[in-house]
Parts: sequence; C-alpha cells; structure tokens
Amino acid sequence: MKKLNRRNFIKGSLAGGIATVAASGKAKKASAAGGDFGGYPESMGVLVDMTKCVGCRTCEAACNKEQGLPEPDKPFDDYSVFDEHRHGGLPRRTTEKAYTVVNRYNVEGRDHPLFRKFQCNHCNEPACLTSCFVNAYTKTPEGAVIYNPKVCVGCRTCMVACPFYVPAYSFTSAINPVVKKCIMCYDTRLKFGRPPACVESCPQGVMTFGKRKDLIALAHQKIEGNPGKYVDHLYGEHEVGGTSWMYLSDVPFDKIGFDMHLGKEPIISYVKDFLAMVPMVLCIWPALFTGFHLLSTRKQANKEESPKA
Amino acid sequence: MGLKTGKQVGLAALIAMAAPLVLPFSVHGEVFELSSLANLYEGVSFDHDMHIEALEDDCSLCHHHTAGTPPEEPTCIPCHKNSPEADSPACSSCHLIEPFSSANLAISEKNPLLHHKAKPGLKAAFHQNCMGCHQETGGPVGCQDCHAMTEKGEKFYNTGKYAPKPHTETGHH
Repeated sequence: MKKLNRRNFIKGSLAGGIATVAASGKAKKASAAGGDFGGYPESMGVLVDMTKCVGCRTCEAACNKEQGLPEPDKPFDDYSVFDEHRHGGLPRRTTEKAYTVVNRYNVEGRDHPLFRKFQCNHCNEPACLTSCFVNAYTKTPEGAVIYNPKVCVGCRTCMVACPFYVPAYSFTSAINPVVKKCIMCYDTRLKFGRPPACVESCPQGVMTFGKRKDLIALAHQKIEGNPGKYVDHLYGEHEVGGTSWMYLSDVPFDKIGFDMHLGKEPIISYVKDFLAMVPMVLCIWPALFTGFHLLSTRKQANKEESPKA
Repeated sequence: MGLKTGKQVGLAALIAMAAPLVLPFSVHGEVFELSSLANLYEGVSFDHDMHIEALEDDCSLCHHHTAGTPPEEPTCIPCHKNSPEADSPACSSCHLIEPFSSANLAISEKNPLLHHKAKPGLKAAFHQNCMGCHQETGGPVGCQDCHAMTEKGEKFYNTGKYAPKPHTETGHH
C-alpha cells in the first residue's frame, strides 16, 4: 500500500513536472513570438540596383576616406583586384581595412560582367547583435547596425554568427584586436539624415537611399515596370528577417554569390526557443531532481533510523 | 570637425570647385565643358555637335521626353506619354547637381512618386546615359578616357603620386 502510494506519487510528480516545463516552455515561446522584431518602421535603407554598377570602385575609396581606414594595398583605380581570389576560389571579402568591396562576376549569357558591392547588410534582427555576449552591437532606429569597439572583447562570435560573413577582425593589432565592419556611416552621416559615403560617391547612381519601406515598394515597381529586366526577387526584403540593404539583379542571385538558402527567419529564431528554456531548466531541474533524490533515498534513511527509534 | 568638413567636401560637394554649368540653348556646332561636377576628375570636354551627328539628330536619345517625344522607360510612360517639350532641355534642369543635400533629401522624402525619388542626380544621369550608350557603340568607357583625374582625385583613389608603397615587410595578413 505504502509502496504503491509512493510510486503513484513519483509518477504524479514526474507528470506534473513535465507539464510545468511544457507549459512554461509554451508561454516563453508565445511571448518570444509576440516580441518578434520586424525592424524599426521608419528605418532607412539602401536599394542597390546591380544592373547599373560598372565596377569603378569609387565606393570603396569613399568608404576608406570617410571611415579613416588605412591605406589600401593597391590603388582604388587598380582593377586587377577583381582577379584576386581568397583561399578556395572565393571572391574578395570585407576586411579590417575595407568595410566594402566590389567583386566582378562573369555570368554566362550576359554581355558585360556583373559587379556586386558587398558590405554589411544591416539586418533588422542582426545575428551579430544577438550573438554578442557583451552587447557591443546596437541596431539604431535609423537602420544601422553599429558596435562599440570599447566593449568588444574580440571573441569573434559575431563573425561566426553573421550569415553574410561580414564582420572582419583586426588580426594585425596585437594589443587590442577588435571586430571591424561597416556601420552605414552612422556617426558621420546617417544619424544626421544623410546617406552613407558610398551611396553619395557612386557615379552611376547604383544605390538609392531612403526609407526601407519606400525602397521595397520602389523595388517592386521597378521589377513590375520593366518586365524581363530584373529577376523577380528583392534580395534582403525577407532574407533572415529583412535587411536594410536590398538588391536588384538581372541574373539569378545564386549565380553572383548570394546565399539563397538563408530563409526568412532571423537567425535568432533558430535558437530563441532553446535559449528561453535555459534559465527555466536551470531553476527547475535542480529542485526537481533533488526532490527525486530525497524521495528515493528516504526509505533507506527511514530503515536506518527505525531500529534506533 | 575640420577633418569632417574636409571629408564632406571631398565626397559630397562635387560642385564646390566650379561655377554652375549653364547649358547653351543653341547648341549646334559647339563643344562645351561639362564642369559643374568637376572635383575628383576634370570637367568633360563635350562635343555636342559630334553627338548630334552620331545620333542622327535624334535629340530624344539623350534628352528623352524633354524633347517632346514620349519617354522610353516603361515606368515613365503611363504619366509622361503626352508630356510637352520641356522649357529647358538641359540635363541639370531635372537632374539635381546635389541630390544628397539635406534640402533635396527632404523634398525627395515627401515625394509620393517613388520613381521620382529614384531619379538619378546629374552625375549619375551623365554616367548612366553616356556609359550605357558608349558600351553599346564602342565609345570611351574608362574613367580617364573622358576626364583626367585631378590631384584631389589621385589622393581620393590612392593612386598616382599617392599610390600605396609596395609592402616590404613579410607576414602581413
């Protein structure tokens, strides 16, 4: 009788425990979903019409001057950089010395090569920001993803987290290596309502600066208004929850190095549920299993105690 | 602050160095200097007559609907198919010399017509129009084929006498 009761009790408590965990897990999930951040409604963005880029690299030079970056390895009017490839045949990427780079893609069936400007896309829900354990990153209401190098500890988690492989690292600094990336010229321009230096410097007018929501509408008008000119996709509208920088192309995006498998969910969504469980597990499990331990050892303790009693 | 102002001049105020361009209305037989934007590059010595000849007197190829002909851009046609000839056919009468000035950005922000929001500035209009045609017809397409780089330009592009010195140290990343 006694034995049965205990078993029932354990069964009951186990079921109750699981129910509690499940219920609180559900509650967390619901609140997390309710808190999904679709981006600041009035945030600014840049629409890049890659069909117009001629690969003059003026944006790279403008970025270098605006951000006070070190002297480049080669002049900005040296187009041999387009033939440079990293290990594995990958095109150039952003570095501590260059927050933006232009790469050339020779696409079959296209008369001229396509040039693609590459820099931070300034995600609505940046993976770098959510991965940073010292909160060095900030998504500003203007749309820029900025960071505070003073609190950066150089762990490089953001470099792993970024789906676009944007943050670079100052490997050359032995004393204070930090992460380096495009900040959309936030300090000097964006917060005063002005477009980033690259946008303004472009002789071809490749980039349109404006409110992100207007740019999305404009991009779709451009696609619809010029049948056959553009691929019917605005890269960055939905990718990883949306980005401030968005792209129009006349060739399929996967042919010019864009990752088409990132999905529409912000990167944080993949770990949010799990991370929400962590504090709860840490609080409930120790108490729960201590209880089980006490229950399972009580009989033994009683046995030991009973002869004395 | 002084440094920032310098940068702004270098990057933004492309018109700072030269007097505003006034396009002559009677343009046949003229070579004129497109110099309102001269900064990193010298002005362009533009042979208008030669272009008129090359394009067989079809002004609308460059001046699109301001010459009284319907526009070619599909997005412009719905509103501008019956637009009359413009008062001034000069590029700068529509395409802003300073599209990114605070005043012009504020106007653009309020403009509900999204296509007008994306209207290229004068520099972009020149380049899009000239380069697009030059690529097809075999005209000059290199930056310095049309305009020589200024000393300021050499500094900006880290080239010429401002070119980076070849690296001698080993092991740099």
